[in-house]
Amino acid sequence: MVEHRPLNDIIAYAILTFGVFIVAFPVYLALVASTHDAATVVGGHMPATPGGQTLDNYYRAVFVGGARTSREPVANMLINSFVSAIGIAVGKIFISILSAYAVVYFRFPFRKTAFWIIFITLMLPVEVRIYPTYKVVADLKMLDPYAGLILPLIASATGTLLFRQFFMTVPDELLEASRIDGAGPFRFFFDTLLPLSVTTIAALFVIQFIYGWNQYLWPLLITTKDSMQTIVIGIKKMLVTTDELAEWQLAMATAVLAMLPPVAVVIFMQRLFVRGLVQTEK
Amino acid sequence: MANVTLRNVRKTYLGGFEAIKGIDFEVGDGQFCVLVGPSGCGKSTLLRMVAGLETITGGEIDIGGRVVNQIEPADRDIAMVFQNYALYPHMSVYNNMAYGLRNRGMAEGEIKMRVEEAARILELGAMLDRKPRQLSGGQRQRVAMGRAIVRQPKVFLFDEPLSNLDAKLRIAMRVEIRKLQRRLSTTSIYVTHDQLEAMTLADILVVMNGGQVEQIGNPLDIYQKPATTFVASFIGAPPMNLMPLRSDELKSQLSGDSRISEAGILGIRPEDFVITGESMSGGIALGLTVDSIERVGAETFVYGTRQKEEQGVAATPGELPPGEIIVRIPGAVGPAIGERIRAVAARDKLHLFTADGRKRVGG
Repeated sequence: MVEHRPLNDIIAYAILTFGVFIVAFPVYLALVASTHDAATVVGGHMPATPGGQTLDNYYRAVFVGGARTSREPVANMLINSFVSAIGIAVGKIFISILSAYAVVYFRFPFRKTAFWIIFITLMLPVEVRIYPTYKVVADLKMLDPYAGLILPLIASATGTLLFRQFFMTVPDELLEASRIDGAGPFRFFFDTLLPLSVTTIAALFVIQFIYGWNQYLWPLLITTKDSMQTIVIGIKKMLVTTDELAEWQLAMATAVLAMLPPVAVVIFMQRLFVRGLVQTEK
Repeated sequence: MANVTLRNVRKTYLGGFEAIKGIDFEVGDGQFCVLVGPSGCGKSTLLRMVAGLETITGGEIDIGGRVVNQIEPADRDIAMVFQNYALYPHMSVYNNMAYGLRNRGMAEGEIKMRVEEAARILELGAMLDRKPRQLSGGQRQRVAMGRAIVRQPKVFLFDEPLSNLDAKLRIAMRVEIRKLQRRLSTTSIYVTHDQLEAMTLADILVVMNGGQVEQIGNPLDIYQKPATTFVASFIGAPPMNLMPLRSDELKSQLSGDSRISEAGILGIRPEDFVITGESMSGGIALGLTVDSIERVGAETFVYGTRQKEEQGVAATPGELPPGEIIVRIPGAVGPAIGERIRAVAARDKLHLFTADGRKRVGG
């Protein structure tokens, strides 16, 4: 039985509103800071309402770049981030759906071992294997180009596991019906398994796009040219100054811009994303 | 159109478990063969071996004069209807039926003709654009049949296709399947654990138990002359009453019978009893105390305990506890609980088996 009393509702809403406030306030502050001029932000008394420098700040951030520190305009960083995040997300999905297909549907020697090895790599995040990975990428002369940003990050145990769990719920009879209908492994994969996996793919895409977008340590290590910087690193670099004041208003504008693509991905794919994670209908 | 012949077919799993222990039978062209047995008897495994979904570890399966042991399921010229239908959930009804044809490179025009013909036969015409999840159980079942029909295969294979439907629909679909099979006269093999389905559908009935064939034949012959006590208790509902012939009382009643020397078990079907005070020459009479009564309208089942109770018979599947006897009488009238009655069966209604139940004695 669900109790329904006005007082309960008020308390519940108050708690929820408080929670939202805690999460949203810093974001609001960043938004406000990005609309004032440098002096106001640095002055120590942050106004609580937006200022009049919006267009100027964003124009400078996107097309000119910070005058004193980072020499790269944000537009370029956004492109870099976007290419690598898409590359990482698509690459992860591609690799993990294929490896899950192999592990679930093919009987080959050491199948279980292969699965467990993939599973164990879950315990080894990028940070742990960063030195060997760096060495390999450097030896392959992949420092700086997109390949260096993307390839080392696309193997995904999480994705493989997610697809494996999904494939296990697909009834065996579908495979058998396909075999009787004359569909080989490729046909079964493309005609049946892939269309059924759409929601899982969407869920994984959202997670991995954000993962790729938020990468910090790896791009920091392997990009040597400013033109290959991703936006997350760009923000950081804008704040590292020696004798000058950091251009906080530009950094905040950049931060706001950096936030937009992941938010857009989540909003547009929300429906599929949720269905992919809770799906029961087959 | 084709015969299906099984020659000493065996299936042994890697661990050494023998699921199918050497099976021989032949299904003639256009015949409807039903494999029936309790769960775990290997009937589904056998069907899947015919389909090519399970490997054959011994013997030969021959479809239309061609040994298919090493042939892929798609090339065996069979079509299968699965228990859970196995429709492709993301494809429309039309595409579900057309998929197998497209994979074979058939021209779209021909595919369209065949699918529309199948849809007409199965009354699916209005649903061709729907997805399987928008259909009811019975309609899904029909799409699964349609997928088999459009292929125009040599053999239809059915793996318990009706067990997911409710009772009423099951009967309707059973009749439909039979009509359809007659009309197309395609050789069919049908697996079920429901003996009523088996009796009504089969031209040839194969009763299986523990990976072996217990009896093969025309359903009525099997009903009238079960070869083993397993078949006797599996075919027919409620099951045949089986009594060990150890008591002098039963033996003395049968003293004139030439079969008595070999026989160890006596079987009488519930419907072969008559409740009467009169004696019947050459028959057998049992004195029963009525334990419970089930009235289903057209008939009444009387559960009784024999007054001179016999104990210690090894129960085979489907058999009643020792001493309990079921009597089926027509109509809704009958004795009351606790009443003592006399159930009589005529001599020609008695089934006699050897003591181990593996062999029928006499005709």
